[in-house]
Amino acid sequence: MKFAIQVNEGPYQHQASDSAYFFAKTALEKGHEIFRVFFYHDGVNNGTRLTTPPQDDRNIVNRWAELAEKHDLDLVVCVAAAQRRGIVDEGEAQRNGKDATNIHPKFRISGLGQLIEAAIQSERLVVFGD
Amino acid sequence: MSILHTVNKSTFERNSLESCLKFARDGASVLLFEDGVYAAVTGTSAEDSVKAALDRLSIYVLGPDLKARGLSEDRVVEGIRVVDYAGFVDLAAENDKVQAWL
Amino acid sequence: MSEVVKKFLYLNRKAPYGTIYAWESLEVVLIGAAFDQEVSLMFVDDGVYQLLKGQDTAGIGMKNFSPTYRTLGDYEVRSVFVDQDSLAARGLTQDDLVQIAWEDWETGEEKENIVEVVDSARVSELMEESDVIFSF
Repeated sequence: MKFAIQVNEGPYQHQASDSAYFFAKTALEKGHEIFRVFFYHDGVNNGTRLTTPPQDDRNIVNRWAELAEKHDLDLVVCVAAAQRRGIVDEGEAQRNGKDATNIHPKFRISGLGQLIEAAIQSERLVVFGD
Repeated sequence: MSILHTVNKSTFERNSLESCLKFARDGASVLLFEDGVYAAVTGTSAEDSVKAALDRLSIYVLGPDLKARGLSEDRVVEGIRVVDYAGFVDLAAENDKVQAWL
Repeated sequence: MSEVVKKFLYLNRKAPYGTIYAWESLEVVLIGAAFDQEVSLMFVDDGVYQLLKGQDTAGIGMKNFSPTYRTLGDYEVRSVFVDQDSLAARGLTQDDLVQIAWEDWETGEEKENIVEVVDSARVSELMEESDVIFSF
């Protein structure tokens, strides 16, 4: 089965990102395909590389990054939602005159079209939110 | 066409489960997870509604979320099946689409 | 843009302004127009409040995005469904809601208002008939 996953909430605030992660990980272990994980609304905050969670708790951003590394996952952060919330890559920094970037290298910022495409190309869209 | 409906919020906080049960068609599946698992245990004000739904829907609850919240499986309403994340993935694959009631 | 055509259903259950979901879900619909899918919007529970006429956000300093609903006919949205029971529970009728016009530029077919209030059986049916359901 080819899945698309949508994550609507940021790390830690809601369980959405955790649930989505375990769903994705399990699906991949079972041999399914994840076409894309699309982060929308506050979900874009999963894409920052600057979190420092307590040592004795899970590192949500790194966990996604490791999963992406292992399975060549496409982790996409919505550009419009990212602009609103200050998740920035080099291109966005230059375009919008920002003096820093904070995107994690395993995530990429792209348009809402990526969500639509994922919904069209995959067989199941699974949404995690609040 | 069968739908897997997912409900992740507590039925005592939101009307997501109520709406889900209202619109879910006979034969559909419902997965309670995250805070949605509270509706799966006996003794709540939601129990009657959930039991009535079991007559026409397949209802599942995510075990890890139950356990995290200190709810043992023997408290789960009879007829609700406890599944793990593998079961969640299977349900998503076996049904025609997934509908999230947030 | 795509050869595959799916029935998309955008499920809206949240009120506007208290959270961003209403506006950001609308942005998906607008962008999605370029993909030529069969798009329907469904408003249930507090989602029905998104279509209320007369929204004036000056006092809360937020952008009033409600005029965008009236342009949905230009964005490949064929149908806008509103759950009757959700309206009734909130003391609302169709008269309280905006009207959304639609025109097919090729055929000239026009509809004055594509907002349709439907009963719960029809809501269930519409969910069943769709291929993909977006939730926000």
